[in-house]
Amino acid sequence: MKHEANTPLIRLAKRDAMSGGAIWAIRVGSIVLSLLIGCLVILITGNNPFKAYGVMIQGSLGGKVYLQQTIKIAIPLLGCALAIAPCFKMRFWNIGAEGQITAGALGATLIARLLDGKLPSLPLLLLMCLAAIVAGGIWGLIPAFFKAKWNSNETLFTLMMNYIIIGVVGWLQNGPWEARQGRMAQFSKDATLPKVLGIHCGWIIVLVLVLLMFFYMRYTKQGFEIAVIGDSKNTASYAGMKVGYVMMRTMFLSGAICGITGFIILSGANGTLASNIANGVGFTAITVAWLSQLNPFAMIVISMMLAILTKGADTLQTQMNVPASLSNIIIGLLLFCMLGCEFFINFKMIFRSRKTEKEVDAK
Amino acid sequence: MTGFINGLILLIVAAISYGTPLMFGTLGEILTEKSGNLNLGVEGIMFMGGAFGLGGVFYYEKLVGENANGVVAILVAILAAFIAGAFASLIFSFLTTTLRANQNVTGLALSIFGTGVGQFTGELMRVKAGGYVTISNGLKVFFSNTPFPKALTDIPYVGQLLFGHSVFFYLGLLLAIGMHLYLNKTRSGMFLKAVGENPATADAAGINVARNKYAATIIGGGISAIGGMIYITSIASCVWNHEGLAGVGWLAVALVIFCLWRPLSTIWGSILFGALMIMYLRFPLPFIPTDIYKILPYVVTIAVLILTSLRNNKDKQPPASLGLPYFREER
Amino acid sequence: MVRLEGQNAIELRNITKRFGSVVANDRICLSLKRGQILSLLGENGSGKTTLMNMLAGIYLPDEGEILADGKPITIRSPKDAFDHKIGMIHQHYKLVEVFTATQNIILGLKAKGGLNLAEANRKVQEICDRYGFEIDLKKKVYDMSVSEKQTVEIVKVLYRGADILILDEPTAVLTPQETDKLFAVMRNMKADGKALVIITHKLNEVMAISDEVAVLRKGKYIGTVKTAETSPQALTDMMVGHAVTLNIDRPQADELKKRLKIGNLTVKDKEGVKKLDDVSFEAFGGEILGVAGVAGSGQKELLEAIAGLQKLEHGSSILYIAPDGREQELYNLTPLDIIKKGILLSFVPEDRFGMGLVGGMNITDNIRLRTYRDGKLMLSDFAESKALAEKIVTDLEVVTPDINRTPLRRLSGGNVQKVLVGREISFNPTILMTAYAVRGLDINTSYAIYNLLTAQKMRGAAVIYVGEDLDVLLELCDRILVLCGGKVSGVVDAKNATKEEIGLLMTTVGGGKEATNEA
Repeated sequence: MKHEANTPLIRLAKRDAMSGGAIWAIRVGSIVLSLLIGCLVILITGNNPFKAYGVMIQGSLGGKVYLQQTIKIAIPLLGCALAIAPCFKMRFWNIGAEGQITAGALGATLIARLLDGKLPSLPLLLLMCLAAIVAGGIWGLIPAFFKAKWNSNETLFTLMMNYIIIGVVGWLQNGPWEARQGRMAQFSKDATLPKVLGIHCGWIIVLVLVLLMFFYMRYTKQGFEIAVIGDSKNTASYAGMKVGYVMMRTMFLSGAICGITGFIILSGANGTLASNIANGVGFTAITVAWLSQLNPFAMIVISMMLAILTKGADTLQTQMNVPASLSNIIIGLLLFCMLGCEFFINFKMIFRSRKTEKEVDAK
Repeated sequence: MTGFINGLILLIVAAISYGTPLMFGTLGEILTEKSGNLNLGVEGIMFMGGAFGLGGVFYYEKLVGENANGVVAILVAILAAFIAGAFASLIFSFLTTTLRANQNVTGLALSIFGTGVGQFTGELMRVKAGGYVTISNGLKVFFSNTPFPKALTDIPYVGQLLFGHSVFFYLGLLLAIGMHLYLNKTRSGMFLKAVGENPATADAAGINVARNKYAATIIGGGISAIGGMIYITSIASCVWNHEGLAGVGWLAVALVIFCLWRPLSTIWGSILFGALMIMYLRFPLPFIPTDIYKILPYVVTIAVLILTSLRNNKDKQPPASLGLPYFREER
Repeated sequence: MVRLEGQNAIELRNITKRFGSVVANDRICLSLKRGQILSLLGENGSGKTTLMNMLAGIYLPDEGEILADGKPITIRSPKDAFDHKIGMIHQHYKLVEVFTATQNIILGLKAKGGLNLAEANRKVQEICDRYGFEIDLKKKVYDMSVSEKQTVEIVKVLYRGADILILDEPTAVLTPQETDKLFAVMRNMKADGKALVIITHKLNEVMAISDEVAVLRKGKYIGTVKTAETSPQALTDMMVGHAVTLNIDRPQADELKKRLKIGNLTVKDKEGVKKLDDVSFEAFGGEILGVAGVAGSGQKELLEAIAGLQKLEHGSSILYIAPDGREQELYNLTPLDIIKKGILLSFVPEDRFGMGLVGGMNITDNIRLRTYRDGKLMLSDFAESKALAEKIVTDLEVVTPDINRTPLRRLSGGNVQKVLVGREISFNPTILMTAYAVRGLDINTSYAIYNLLTAQKMRGAAVIYVGEDLDVLLELCDRILVLCGGKVSGVVDAKNATKEEIGLLMTTVGGGKEATNEA
């Protein structure tokens, strides 16, 4: 097969390990490239791109309040990316994080409605978190059950699950739980996450989750099982792992962490439940997880990066009248460039030449 | 009784009007998925189609002023939306087919990018036009009214049912039938299906896998984008309305599953989903709340998904290589 | 051009093909004649498929030339092969499941006008009628039996105008009745002037179908004989050759202890075909029990069944006898059950990366597959696997850039196998099963593996060695169990048995005489 007569002009070969420096050079290069393309978009609006980027940095990092707001955007992204990591490691394409977040928030709200005012703040928050874990976990478990049992397509299944739970919350919001004009009542202070350093303490929770997830994936039996199943289901069975069971367990875990994320958004940021509580975080976090190569520490960086873009674009809208959706464009470009650049890290291109032919012959 | 029948006819007409954008979105995604590409960026593609389609008509009318011709305007809108969607899908194809990126992640990235571009374009046009983008009423009717003469639509009962829809519905019908014929009655359609089912076999039989994937995904993306344009120009009456358009793309992905990847099924499938989208307005049932109506399409889709995996009927499965990468070296 | 029957359609001259340091084909000469069926006979790994793949355009020969109708040609791709009217039916079918037979047959062919399936059906039917293929052209592939799929592959090749057909072990998946049908259509094709090659190692089929037999052994061309002038015995001699002395040590253990008693073991595959049929035997600690058989005779299923990876039919029994005398029935236990019951069962599977190892992980992680449960609480084991990995790397001289970094996939085949075998023997198994443990390995590594297995035997383990090289089986093992078509064809004493005897047992159940069964 190496001897295809009409050797194409460019052949691809898997690269042996590339040096760490070169890998980072390519990744940073791709980020720069995406920002440069972003410049063109800003030019269309008739603004100076560099000035615009300056405003974005200023608006997201250039002040304590701005920084706090940026971190607030990054928290759920990070939490949710952490949740997705084990599924993707297992090659289980869970794109239902959006719904699992919503389910978690719904679970927590249920507790808050029942027990707010009857319990002191700490036990109430703990119970809410627990309910979020259970609700999110179950929402993740359902598609995993059908995947394990009948091999249903998990990508499409988890996707559909999102809209069902969002609809259910919408019904509660406009119906039984409505307080005024399609809104639910705000939680009392007891049911709200306390602030630490000016930001709700969700940031501490997700940072702890980063450590736990890193530890879980690297040092526990379950993490090991997930990694083996992701590489070869046959080998996993050979080694005595119950593939279907591990799938369900991992999806419960993933849903549970999404649930915690939902609880954090609910109780930390919003203070009330609404059907759009996840607001796309579940989808964006998938790209965060993937671009971080499922490494929890890298997720901190990537989620901050996306948060800076989002917050910066908001500032841009108020200061320069550039639509805030610019952030989504730049985030999209960033994702495209980073997804594409992995190719150049994993493969090398061999251009047709006499030398390479000889090389091949020698093999 | 007449009241009920008239109500029913109104419901069906409205269902068709809401279903038509879905039909295009779904048909495009069916073509894409038949090649084995799972493009989850339909939501973004439809946003782009909506914004650029509207932009196309707006600037066309601005250019020619009162001489604007309805047929030309429709063609301009279709073309603008198609190009936008094709371009978005080209990015997807390049990343997944050539650069071997993961299809799920790339599709979601496209969703984010496309909604961003659509929203950005819509807003920018509004800002540039001084706060309000719309087109003249004379032109609007071409997008929302039936192309048939009054004599036909006035036929009692069936007139409205058969002839009372926008031109896009009839175009969608033709497209669905055309795609059905293409996939089932032509050689090239058969080759495309082979690529989506078993790319290694197609490759061995001398079919260019990459070219088929590119072509189907790009054309499919263009068709989906037209759906977005139809939503904005007919349902949203030519005003950029991202809230209305939000979620239509995902519904189209669901409808692909519901229709079991069959173009002809999209005709009734889209009408059904369209009905579910608006039923709460026309047929409010006291015991079914609005928001629960809205999730019905997704619930039935999951039921279909489970049933097909349960029954294991080989003819009702997703294309066998859907979402999976194919690279020749790994043969 | 007039194409006379018996004329050389294709001639191979001094074809040599190497894969790395292994010579798969060594200066092979062969001619295919029109209106003739040539059997290409040889054991597994003798280079039959490699040779034919060069005609099919899968590989390019390193040396030698191919002549078509007397003119030298170069076949660079499957398309080139078709241009020279050569078609090969591979063992793994390439068909689109949801398509009909006809759709698969015309797949990829350009033609004028639209797709006229009725017309295509008619054309395909013509071919079927001409050669006597019985197939429903409108049937979808997913509803087809293996034999029907094979028919589609053959018709596909004919439809593309092939005059020279190569069938790679076509009967391996067929029932005797289906084989007869296949042979009938092959004779029809022969009568039509086509040149046919059938790759096989079943002697009765060679005798039944072919006009000439070409024999390969270990990549070398042994000779071509006319079928009418030869006998199964003579062919076996050509195929297996004279016993080669390998000088593998075979010390005797002091005592043999029964460790495994297999009774009426039956396993069916997904299609309901019996892969193991009523297999019964015993394995003893202190001996190496060889398992011989042509490829696909049930070796894989046998070892997987014992390891708990196959669904057993009712009535099957796998009795494990622990060193302390405790007995345990393994029927319908999962691999996890087997581990939890403390049964020391080791298994070196055939497909190293598909089962047994994780290619993307480093050596230590792969060792951990066996030890990770030993960790405390939730934690995966680390100390044990690390120590063990280092020990295996040192003891077995595994060459790796970094034991904790380099993924296994980047190591050479020999090193990979050492890791796998090393891990499996590291916890002193009572039963050690290996499938093709030396496949693809160089001589030195092979001997290292033989020594490891013998050491396990001397330690008292019951070793089951599934192998393909009869010379090795005869020198390494104490007894050899021969499988044929999923049945036990015989059990022979390796010290006295001959290659011919085993060769015969491999191709015919019972080998024509009662085999000696001694423990």
